[in-house]
Amino acid sequence: MTEPWWISIIKAAIVVNVVLVLFAYLTWLERKLLGRMQLRFGPNRAGKFGLLQPFADLVKLVRKEAFAPSSAIDLPYIVAPVISAFTAIAAFSVIPFGSGWRIHHWQVNGEIANVSIALLLIFALGSIGIYGFIVGGWASESKYSLLGSMRTCAQLVSYEVSLALSVLGVVILGRSLSLTEIVHRQAVFLPFVAPQFVGMLVFLFGGIAETSRAPFDLPEAEQELVAGYHTEYSGMRWGLFQMSEYINLITLSALMVTLFFAGWHGPWHLGPLWFLLKLLGVLFAFIWLRATLPRLRYDQLMRFGWKVLLPVATINAVITALVVVWA
Amino acid sequence: MAQPTSTLKGFGVTFKQIFKRPITQQYPESKRPLYPRFRGRHRLHLHENGLEKCVGCSLCAAACPADCIRVVPAENTPDNRVSAGERYARIYEINMSRCIFCGYCELACPFDAITLGNEYELSEHNRDDQIYTKDMLLAEPIKKTPIADPSLFDTPIPYYKTSS
Repeated sequence: MTEPWWISIIKAAIVVNVVLVLFAYLTWLERKLLGRMQLRFGPNRAGKFGLLQPFADLVKLVRKEAFAPSSAIDLPYIVAPVISAFTAIAAFSVIPFGSGWRIHHWQVNGEIANVSIALLLIFALGSIGIYGFIVGGWASESKYSLLGSMRTCAQLVSYEVSLALSVLGVVILGRSLSLTEIVHRQAVFLPFVAPQFVGMLVFLFGGIAETSRAPFDLPEAEQELVAGYHTEYSGMRWGLFQMSEYINLITLSALMVTLFFAGWHGPWHLGPLWFLLKLLGVLFAFIWLRATLPRLRYDQLMRFGWKVLLPVATINAVITALVVVWA
Repeated sequence: MAQPTSTLKGFGVTFKQIFKRPITQQYPESKRPLYPRFRGRHRLHLHENGLEKCVGCSLCAAACPADCIRVVPAENTPDNRVSAGERYARIYEINMSRCIFCGYCELACPFDAITLGNEYELSEHNRDDQIYTKDMLLAEPIKKTPIADPSLFDTPIPYYKTSS
């Protein structure tokens, strides 16, 4: 049942491109939806319904001068966005998007890399990605960037604890760290939203904070910090940061679909299409949250993370463990 | 998030907005009519007999806080009579990239020779094109901007505005 190595490479090429296109049109969708929710049109000039807007943005960013402050520390400054973008894309490699197919006599798995510790790998890559934000803010030698990266650091480290703990219940129920296994368990059992609703909520809040989106977008609170850690970045280097943020969001939504909404499973065996539909649903929820809730104050953010989210996640994990052991 | 119900109500509000018609005005296609006292690009005016109203006194240049008007006067001669007064403006230039559209020039002008018109689409690709010469200021504006009906407003319109 193993697939030849070259199939993995072809799949990787396809999935990376699909994720990048998804990222491009996620920015379009976000601007459009935010616009409509605020009684505006959103982008509607470039192409029909503004559908060419992502490409216009890309061309603009690539052609723009990548300005660097003269006091910036060269190597970390340039490498930081690359690290963030790389880890963001790499994390998507373990997300299963289908049950696997037999094409001719080759086995094609439903994910790029079938890793038995996929969940740990995603969290590890996410943590490495944070280095990009911190190093980038620090290396650009600007007080706004430094403040932004300090906030990013504090926020992401605090919420990662709750995020990891919220997943523990799913791991206990799924009895595996492999995402494919977890999806299979949900197919025979039921989607883990039902038994793990609290875990899902904690994961949602932790996820918003991890991807630093409104209402937890303090790392780049425009009104307070100019732009947070990427204040001194411009051109495609800034674009890479933005890309990593959006791809992190997509990965996180995909993880949420996988862990709590039974991944690609659903009636009528649509496979990857189900996965995409659920993914879009979760992404819509994220955009909706951004349009509705105002930003928290920093002390509120920290209090919510440590005093509400973490205890709830811990109790949820403990109760799940007790129920699984005794029932 | 002390009030969970009102937070949830907020989600309902944002969701409902999606299906409403956006209130954005699509600017270049639909232009809002200007109110009658709008101060846009300057215009120089002529008397009915074709002579320029401007006599080159440079009071507008003196009044200008942005220092964007340049007037070089010259004497009227019997064979070359340009204005109704003793002198006329040989060069009259306004640097539109410096102008702040305060309207002091039209207040300072003793002959109502300069008024601020209605055009506001003044962007150019080149800074040199922002300098308006006397010929450009005397000519009828090429672009027409819609103006609202003055009777809709209850503020009095200054007499010199009626000429533009």
